Amino acid sequence: MTASAPIAPVNAQADSGRTLGRRRRSAPGGQNRRPGFIVYGCLAAVVVGGMFPLWWSFLIGSHHSTILSQTSFPWWPGGNFLVNAATVMDTIPFWRATMNSIIVSTTTAFSVVFFSTLAGYAFAKLRFRGSGPLLVFVIATMAVPTQLGVVPLYQVMAALGWTGDLVAVIVPALVTAFGVFWMTQYLRQAIPDELIEAATVDGCSMIRTFYHVCLPAARPAASMLFLFTFVLNWTNFFWPFIVLGPQNPTLPVALQQLQAAHFVDYSLVLTGATLATVPLLILFVFAGRQLVSGIMQGAVKA
Amino acid sequence: MASRKHLRSRASAWDRKYSPYLYISPFFLLFAVVGLFPLVYTVWVAAHDWDLIMGQGEFVGFDNFAHVVGQRAFWIALRNTLSIFILSTGPQVVAAIIIAYMLDSHLRARTFWRMGVLLPYVVTPVAVALIFSNFFSQRFGLVNSVLDTIGIDAIGWQSEVLPSHLAIASMVNFRWTGYNALIFLAAMQAVPRDLYEQAEIDGAGKVRQFLSVTVPMLRPTIIFVVITSTIGGLQIFDEPRLYDQYGRGGTDGQWQTMTIYLYELGWTRSDFGLASAVAVLLFLLIVAIGIINFTITRRIATGDGRKKTASRRRFAKGVRS
Repeated sequence: MTASAPIAPVNAQADSGRTLGRRRRSAPGGQNRRPGFIVYGCLAAVVVGGMFPLWWSFLIGSHHSTILSQTSFPWWPGGNFLVNAATVMDTIPFWRATMNSIIVSTTTAFSVVFFSTLAGYAFAKLRFRGSGPLLVFVIATMAVPTQLGVVPLYQVMAALGWTGDLVAVIVPALVTAFGVFWMTQYLRQAIPDELIEAATVDGCSMIRTFYHVCLPAARPAASMLFLFTFVLNWTNFFWPFIVLGPQNPTLPVALQQLQAAHFVDYSLVLTGATLATVPLLILFVFAGRQLVSGIMQGAVKA
Repeated sequence: MASRKHLRSRASAWDRKYSPYLYISPFFLLFAVVGLFPLVYTVWVAAHDWDLIMGQGEFVGFDNFAHVVGQRAFWIALRNTLSIFILSTGPQVVAAIIIAYMLDSHLRARTFWRMGVLLPYVVTPVAVALIFSNFFSQRFGLVNSVLDTIGIDAIGWQSEVLPSHLAIASMVNFRWTGYNALIFLAAMQAVPRDLYEQAEIDGAGKVRQFLSVTVPMLRPTIIFVVITSTIGGLQIFDEPRLYDQYGRGGTDGQWQTMTIYLYELGWTRSDFGLASAVAVLLFLLIVAIGIINFTITRRIATGDGRKKTASRRRFAKGVRS
């Protein structure tokens, strides 16, 4: 909850509702409800349902593939995971794919955050002719399925000689409309106009004002945007699959190769799926809380 | 000295006037090159004979469109896309609202539950598809085994049309329900708490409160979620592509979607002209469904608006007093 500014009103309501609920037992609705076992049970079922496929993936991945044709399913991991993992790494360029995914996700996340903060700062805090319509244009582009331009985009990449190269995946994702919109919304409330005026009066150039006033204030929203962009590019498949070759894949593309090579051997395929999921699970353990509040903030403002 | 000062103030005036345009330019430049241009140029490619390797051929006008529309595969892909889209969006919105309603209460360890429902979001769709295709495997799959133990015959999750759509929709729902639940949760928390109190005074039970207060107040959020999932859902590719090892959408196109069809025309059969025609048609479909969505939701908004005004006015009075 570091980025409390945009959600402050919502929180205030929720909190007052909570104290109210404590005082009056029968207080109705929303935050005031005291959940019973049924609610906890249902939520637990949802969470377990969300984790089960991952557990299953590891379970099957830790056995020999013949386990699936036996009459009863295993409910406990076997000892074959490392053997399977070794086979996976022989079949697909796993480490290279992991490196590639890290490169693509990190580069695009940094770039999206930087350019979006820059543009968001301009839209939120600087006065210039046409800023209103231009912002509307940015928002409108979010509803355009640009993915459908794949054919010409592929031709552009081929003409540049970028097919098979990570650049072809990175460049189209360098800045997003969502990022610009997100930072604009946040920076509107996060920076007092007086601060910018003061910096201007002191003779700060525009870019120095951006650097000293905007960047520190943008940090909470920027870190959430970083996370979302990272996850988006890590999980992306369609475009990397089209433009990258089998020699130089990202993780999802490599998983597809693994499936094409070993479909009948589910143990291997699911070992690969498990291995590819672990990095983001680790990220989730540390940053899941931020993802949660990021989604909820975005929803309130949207 | 004076002139230098003059120069500096000129420079700072320029700085102030043009810097904003400089700051926003990266987005517009990039969008022009990788977003707008490809989309517009798609129409141009679609009007030509165009080979992946050989490049541009003759101008053929609407021939590519006519050819595509004449294919059985096109209509099957259209049917599959719409079916999978409906099977994923509908249940997903309902489930997400119910989960959000459960989360919107005095839970112990709130953050744990919220993170718990969001977990599937970080799993890449390709991995989800691989895991679920194992669940739904016809011979040794978990789902059919469970069905078998409770006495239901094995279902052809891959050989039959509707079951395969259900399986693919379940992958989409797995990944996005929790995410959307958090969006709905945020919207629910913004509902003024007085409305619930007023409803309770009016004698509304928990279910009635949920249906007459929570759901109507969520309408803008529902529209938002449905429109976002329309844009994404009609372009679905990862899950059906990975549902079997061939990636062509089934032996008889049972689950071949529009984007898989597009990919196959463009990169398997090397016909960029036909692929572009499919892209243009899919684009038009997305626009059309967007408009239909918009009108329906607007009609619902005005339609039961008349019915609801009375109760809403009562609530409003309560809020004011």
